[in-house]
Amino acid sequence: MPLNARTITDEELFYGHKACPGCGGALVVRQALKVLGPHAIAALPAGCMSATGFNFPQLAFGNNAMITPFASTAAVLSGIEAGLRAQGAKPEDCTVVGFAGDGGTADIGLQALSGAIDRNDDILYICYDNEAYMNTGIQRSSLTPYGASTTTTPASKREHGSITHKKSLFDIVCAHELPYAATASIGYMNDLLRKVETARNIAGTRFLHIMAPCPVGWGFPSKDLMSVAKEAVDTGLWYLAEYEGPTVSGVPGGRFKLNRNPRAFAPIAGYLQRQKRFSADDAADIEAIERARDERWEMMRSRWA
Amino acid sequence: MKQFLSGNEALAEGVRLARPQVISAYPITPQTTVVEALAEMVGAGTLQAEYMHVESEHTALSAAIGASATGARTFTATSSQGLLYMAECLTYASGGRFPIVMMNANRALALPWNIYGDQRDSLSLLDHGWIQVYADSNQEALDLALMAYALGEDPAVSLPVMVNMDGFALTHTYESVDVPTQEQADAFLPPYVTKNRFSFEHPVNMGYSAGPEYNRFYARAHHDDMMACARIIPEVEALFAQVMGRSYPGMVEAYETRDADVVMVTLGSVSGLVRDVVDELRAEGIAAGLVRIRYLRPLPIKPLIDALSAASAIGVLEKDISFGAEGTVFTNVMSALSRTGRIPPALDLIGGLGGDDITHAQIRDAFDALIACATSSASESEARQDPVRFLGMDDLGGDAACL
Ligand SMILES: Cc1ncc(C[n+]2csc(CCOP(=O)(O)OP(=O)(O)O)c2C)c(N)n1
Repeated sequence: MPLNARTITDEELFYGHKACPGCGGALVVRQALKVLGPHAIAALPAGCMSATGFNFPQLAFGNNAMITPFASTAAVLSGIEAGLRAQGAKPEDCTVVGFAGDGGTADIGLQALSGAIDRNDDILYICYDNEAYMNTGIQRSSLTPYGASTTTTPASKREHGSITHKKSLFDIVCAHELPYAATASIGYMNDLLRKVETARNIAGTRFLHIMAPCPVGWGFPSKDLMSVAKEAVDTGLWYLAEYEGPTVSGVPGGRFKLNRNPRAFAPIAGYLQRQKRFSADDAADIEAIERARDERWEMMRSRWA
Repeated sequence: MKQFLSGNEALAEGVRLARPQVISAYPITPQTTVVEALAEMVGAGTLQAEYMHVESEHTALSAAIGASATGARTFTATSSQGLLYMAECLTYASGGRFPIVMMNANRALALPWNIYGDQRDSLSLLDHGWIQVYADSNQEALDLALMAYALGEDPAVSLPVMVNMDGFALTHTYESVDVPTQEQADAFLPPYVTKNRFSFEHPVNMGYSAGPEYNRFYARAHHDDMMACARIIPEVEALFAQVMGRSYPGMVEAYETRDADVVMVTLGSVSGLVRDVVDELRAEGIAAGLVRIRYLRPLPIKPLIDALSAASAIGVLEKDISFGAEGTVFTNVMSALSRTGRIPPALDLIGGLGGDDITHAQIRDAFDALIACATSSASESEARQDPVRFLGMDDLGGDAACL
């Protein structure tokens, strides 16, 4: 039976947390743990998920879980895995899984992540990407997109938001030629669940980069979470892709796959307009966003499709 | 079996005998030969451990935390900038109550850049919730590797332990060392058993956050369990003596202090030289003594009071300075003595910075200065006004005439 939103278990492992209504990150943690099951051991760095999930005595994880230093998600995962292995104590169905935000992954945690991939430690690293440091109040990270206003890139007379484009974390990770990596979105839940399942069943370091919108930080109503997430993909501003490393695909350098390659994209303007963070963007900004998107897709289509 | 080993090699032998299950460490002079020796042992199969090739000290300690959370016995080692680089993780390890053992090769802090020994690195992190112990010899380094696990893993303690060794002076100097057998080590140190770990039968949330209404309970328990070391350390050392036939004197080692007028307090390997000077002075009829601090956290309050409060003058000879204040060891010793309501005149003798030699002559001069403090009210009031003296730079104010 294929895993999808209908067939997935009703058992909750991330429950009773304090995340905001319509939190994309909380949905990632909740759904991924359903796929990984109660023997998963989770590690979460500083960020919204640890801040809302681990408030003694309101501890929200039904499986084993712990907080890590902000930069240490991958490092602590590696240690957990090594500790279990050294004791011969790792059940067959135990996934050692990390959930870290975009800042915790692409900025401060990147070195530890690279180290873990280099060792090919048997861990699953999940980055829930809400495109800013949300827990500290919506500051820019290297995964904040161009034109998005944050509290450290406020829209002003001089600039309309972030002047840098989103760094390609997926490319950086895949350059390590790890066994498996994928991008996903909570807006395409079945694809997301399948990728968590695929990652679960592969040994070595696996990485998922999951787009997880934040109603508070992006400025849209909570009830629009899923449609905003879906629209990010439909506009081509996010993409669904997979990478199988040489050991899994048998292909030198590994094999990329675009899981969704639409002939036409949904218009960007509508997607931007429904989010307050882009409200200062003008026609030139929209053009810059579009150009960057098209260049990215040209590269992906020519190499991955 | 007697072997001729460097301090680092001796420490590594102690670690091997403790059977750590996960080792994660990153190289830095003068710690490197520890991790090299352990890698060789793992390669040769004389040590069965997961040896993690981590990419930084921050990860080294983070990985040890993760491994400890599964109930594994873990080891890491560092020095100086490496210790500061992982500083953030120290409080996660201690607050999470993970009894990781870490060797720290005491080394100066940049800038100016310097690879040689002083004790500014560990002393600057005294408040991070770790037990801190300082070795005086290669034998003690080996033995402390074993005793650190016994102490830290005691359920009444459950705290990480930093075993400090003076860079180069201990780490790279060779001495004859008695290496216990594995049977002896096993008889002394049982496998690590803890409730503070993940469980597949009863999953747990670990290392969570605790707000203002709960935080103090964690801090209080941490403090109380640290203080419990005063009780546990003698127990650990008694068992060690029983199994190994070698005894240790508790949190401080008091040498010739019973009737001493002037006492020098030390930390680490400079103690050997001070002991020689004490012997000389005794031969000359001067009542000199030495207090070697072994454990600085928890603070050995009662042992310091017992050994020092009757002295007429005290010197604290230390390889660090808290800029704008005084040496950290001095602050701690004075704090302990303040509980008696009477603090003898004292000098804070700062030396050995960046690996500088502390000479026999300097220690003699320092004792002379203490004698002056004990006998001349002018010297005493000078010392009370500003006790800090840099060895080799400041006039210690000692005067042979006072003798
Ligand atoms: C070493 C360190 N630096 C900074 C912080 C402050 N901090 C806590 S959470 C956070 C933001 C996390 O952002 P991200 O990783 O994107 O996750 P999110 O909050 O969006 O879930 C920051 C900067 C910290 N806890 N530790």
